[in-house]
Amino acid sequence: MRESRREVQRHYRYRAQIMLEVTDVHTYYGNIHALKGVSLLVGQGEIVTLIGSNGAGKTTTLRTIQGLLRPRQGTILYEGKPVDSLSTEAIVRLGISQSPEGRLIFPRMTVRENLEMGAFSRRDSLGIKSDTERVLNLFPRLRERINQKGGTLSGGEQQMLAIGRAMMARPRLLLLDEPSMGLAPMLVTQIFSIIRDINTQGTTILLVEQNARMALTVAHRGYVLQTGQIVLAGTATALQSNEMVRKAYLGEI
Amino acid sequence: MKRWQKIFLFLALAYSVLLLGPIAGLDIPRITRDVVSHPETLVQQLLIGLINGAIIAIIALGYTLVYGIIELINFAHGDLYMLGAFTSLTALGAFGVDGSATFQASILPIFLTLILATTICAGLNVLTERFAYRPLRNAPRLAPLISAIGVSFIFQNIGLFWGGLRAFLPVMGNNAAAPKDFPDLLPHINILKSLGIQSNINFTTKELIVLVAALALMVGLQLFVQYTRPGKAMRAVAQNRDAARIMGINVDQIIALTFLIGGGLAGTAGLLIGLYNNTIVFTMGFTAGLRAFTAAVLGGIGNIIGAMLGGVLIGLISALSDQYLSSRWTNAWIFAVLVVILVFRPGGLLGENVQEKV
Ligand SMILES: Nc1ncnc2c1ncn2[C@@H]1O[C@H](COP(=O)(O)OP(=O)(O)O)[C@@H](O)[C@H]1O
Ligand SMILES: [Mg+2]
Repeated sequence: MRESRREVQRHYRYRAQIMLEVTDVHTYYGNIHALKGVSLLVGQGEIVTLIGSNGAGKTTTLRTIQGLLRPRQGTILYEGKPVDSLSTEAIVRLGISQSPEGRLIFPRMTVRENLEMGAFSRRDSLGIKSDTERVLNLFPRLRERINQKGGTLSGGEQQMLAIGRAMMARPRLLLLDEPSMGLAPMLVTQIFSIIRDINTQGTTILLVEQNARMALTVAHRGYVLQTGQIVLAGTATALQSNEMVRKAYLGEI
Repeated sequence: MKRWQKIFLFLALAYSVLLLGPIAGLDIPRITRDVVSHPETLVQQLLIGLINGAIIAIIALGYTLVYGIIELINFAHGDLYMLGAFTSLTALGAFGVDGSATFQASILPIFLTLILATTICAGLNVLTERFAYRPLRNAPRLAPLISAIGVSFIFQNIGLFWGGLRAFLPVMGNNAAAPKDFPDLLPHINILKSLGIQSNINFTTKELIVLVAALALMVGLQLFVQYTRPGKAMRAVAQNRDAARIMGINVDQIIALTFLIGGGLAGTAGLLIGLYNNTIVFTMGFTAGLRAFTAAVLGGIGNIIGAMLGGVLIGLISALSDQYLSSRWTNAWIFAVLVVILVFRPGGLLGENVQEKV
């Protein structure tokens, strides 16, 4: 996808504005070649979405960025520095946190403790306190459930908790893996509007979604991933009107 | 299980116990007579059961912590406790303390021995994890289990070899496998007497010290796990390892910490049992380990309070069975209770109630 790459780089007039630069990343599960040269850019302040069908490699991409999987080839630059050989702890400390696929809430911890674990990489108790307030203001439902065990929350509440917990690391880049999965349509709308709020408050977001329609309405730009390769890139508007996207991911035509 | 099935099962079990129980010492009229005529004996046995149970509970914590975090039954854990007792005996000898020492003179050596036994067992457990279990973390479940059995054999044989080093140990028998004398250092001041209560119950400062030490460890562990940063990280890793990594928790480090704490508890328990029972033997790890593991399962493996509860329960059952049923059948009674509890609560007393599959 050289073309789109040049196009995107034109989009950022200054390299300093590029927050995340993934170049030609190959990731394997044993012999399974899951990412076959993924390249993507995320600019400061953007919402970038990565769409693709089940098994395309979206989750693998996020896990590779966060150091949970090691790329066998390729580089990942975050704020200009290579992070592809750092531990996840170090990457979280640098400001990349994730709300993972399936939420992965700590079921026997309270909502408050779950949020605390989100701030595990930090030591500034005052900052953690104010961020807890911020998250609870963003998700009033979590405030109502603050002393309830994570495992007793509904799916939507767990999703809010997963996003809130990721926010507790005070990330500069927030990775969201399918935040709409399994939620009722009304909740999906609500979650996406909160995602937009988080972004306008200054957090850059890389959003992975199967729900391409919703993702493209909040994102600025997007990439389409197919069997481990980026097949399409562009602004959200361009992707929304792209023939292939409309056919394969928006269920039109 | 449906409610009527539970009731039916309960009746069936009660019937079998009443029918077969007398073979294993369950003679209800005799027991009733004994209890009525000598109520102090009952209190005395409950006390002994409580203390032994508290020590079993401390060992059980080692099983449950490790199981909770990596789902491994660490078969070597009981033998680590045995090595803790041997370390303690050797250390006390090295500090020049023997059976004739006064308590005042042995306070400092006991304290130093405590530190030494705790540190050595903690370190040994961390090394075991590092070299025997961690390389197998992604192997099939059976592999680390077999590795743990291997480590258990190694520890037992170290204990056997150690028992042959007569220079270090006061030996009761003639061979390496014989039980070793552990100096009786804790003071025997009868607490009830000094409080002015007339009673045949023997509750001395020795029992009190062991009991308080064991309870302090349990409370301390619970506070550590609930309220400290590393304690919370341990819980996080136990509940969802993947999520814990995503939070930026160093999972390897937390697993090592878990083994460190479990090993330290085993070492302390080794010293306590030596001071309490005044005899140690290289097979004690196997027997105690079996009971402690049963305690952990009984309470709900992975659950800290459950392990404590299970330990105390098993201590009490053993003491009562030894007195009123038949000491030969004590293990059978323990497992009978285990089976009954698992039938009705498959996850153990406080464990996650396992969802039944249709
Ligand atoms: N743990 C795993 N072991 C082996 N293969 C995996 C594993 N996780 C994912 N894969 C494979 O990698 C590919 C990409 O998966 P994933 O990143 O989960 O896709 P997506 O998130 O887009 O649905 C799929 O073919 C999947 O089968
Ligand atoms: Mg996925």
